[in-house]
Amino acid sequence: MAAEASTGSTRQRPIADMLRLPTAPSEKPYLVGYRCQRCGATYIGEGRVGCSKCTSTEPLKEIKLGERGALYVYSIVHQSVPGVPVPYVSAIVDLPEGVSVRCNLVDIEPDPAKIKFGMPVEMVTRKVRERKEKNAEGVEETIEIIAFFFKPSQN
Amino acid sequence: MRDVYVLGVGMIKFGRYPDKDVPQLGADAAVLALKDAGVSIKDIEMFVCGNLFQANAMNAQRILQQIGQTGIPALNVSNACATGSTAFREAYIGVASGMYDVTMAVGVEQMGKMGLLGGGARSGGESVEGVLGSGLMPAVFGQAGVEHMRKYGTTAEQFAKVSVKNHKHSVHNPLSQYQVEVKLEDVMKARMVAYPNTLYMCCPTGDGAAAAILVSADKMKQYTSKPVKVAASVLTSDPYTDRDLTMPDVNTLTKNAAKQAYEKAGLGPKDLSLVELHDCFATAELLHYDNLGLCPEGEAGRMIDEGRTALSGDIPVNASGGLLSKGHPLGATGVANIYEIVTQLRGQAGTRQVQGAKVGLAHVIGLGSACTINILTV
Repeated sequence: MAAEASTGSTRQRPIADMLRLPTAPSEKPYLVGYRCQRCGATYIGEGRVGCSKCTSTEPLKEIKLGERGALYVYSIVHQSVPGVPVPYVSAIVDLPEGVSVRCNLVDIEPDPAKIKFGMPVEMVTRKVRERKEKNAEGVEETIEIIAFFFKPSQN
Repeated sequence: MRDVYVLGVGMIKFGRYPDKDVPQLGADAAVLALKDAGVSIKDIEMFVCGNLFQANAMNAQRILQQIGQTGIPALNVSNACATGSTAFREAYIGVASGMYDVTMAVGVEQMGKMGLLGGGARSGGESVEGVLGSGLMPAVFGQAGVEHMRKYGTTAEQFAKVSVKNHKHSVHNPLSQYQVEVKLEDVMKARMVAYPNTLYMCCPTGDGAAAAILVSADKMKQYTSKPVKVAASVLTSDPYTDRDLTMPDVNTLTKNAAKQAYEKAGLGPKDLSLVELHDCFATAELLHYDNLGLCPEGEAGRMIDEGRTALSGDIPVNASGGLLSKGHPLGATGVANIYEIVTQLRGQAGTRQVQGAKVGLAHVIGLGSACTINILTV
């Protein structure tokens, strides 16, 4: 379970382990990857047994990923499972550390004419859902689920 | 390894069979293949069933419980959309290895009106579908098509033409789930599912089954003077490529499989009379023109524009109607492709017959990923 950030009776929880939320006001959320210490290949997702590129089984090193990347490709999803608002842009974003992430591209019209290959994008986080949960002491808390998105950036 | 031949094939019409179950559908196809081959279930020495959604249900044995409990080795395989073709390859290996002289593969699936496949990814209990992009198949293959657009300038209209072509072919296939033509304008204006794939550019869900009987050269000579030979049967998995684990790379493992299959068969793309390839979405078909070497890399859009892959073209692709119209009951698909190639090579394909067909290639991709290529010759 990834670290949660708490403020009083409201607790923020990342939607996925790869997203790290700030634990102090001076920090910003960031994504993490895992880098092979032999060949440098970088992966998303903790708990890897080894490197599927070079076959090393030495432990991979967690690294902080940059918040800016470039749009590789996308699709505009018009039909989804119940509860998912459509249309939205599903995108593959290349990060400078040599790894790609799948995400929703936000703050852009879901229109192929408006979406440019290679366009610079930057990560933002937003609350996507919330629920009530009782903590270990039996006290009810509000859990905010925080997700990351990428949006067009100016540079 | 020994030479292997396809002695018989069978296939039921793809569609919806709510009153039957998976073993019954598989048994129906198996009986058709036995009849076609002119052999009895008592002649089968090893039996493989490919089925995905009930992979834990012992369907190989349950089919034999319908048509003949002879006590032979029976096994069940699943390999995503390449499930049926993997079952075929297991049966092929059984004969090629010298262990058996007569083997049978059945591919079967009952999907009913199952909705969008894939997605459903969860992270620590949280659903991420539609929040961290889409893992649903229409978006995955939409993105794969958009990558082809980015690299080569392929257009949404060129992808749409695949749907027009394959639906047109399916009108001539009585076993196709759908047998209706669609106009380019209708495909382009249809409801968008995941750009650039509209509704008619996505294969349907459905039920179906197909079967094939494989034999050694000696057995083949006892039963037929017009053998169909398995010139190559190849299976690959996805090798490491930069984005594969984020955005499934359906190209590299197909290219690898094609290279191995052409080498094994001693043939090349120019020798092919017809191709049945994995058009789960219209975008996928054009990618595989490049991947199978049917055209120089990046020229798939031009190839469909020029009509070269239509029944009337120089290398017909998906004469059966393809997954887009014939249907795609996942476990059945790989064996149904073999059925189509065998039918064509025997000259029994009726109004969709590719004249003078001598060499056919069947290609299947299972996302996750598995790729099979079988090359059959007469």
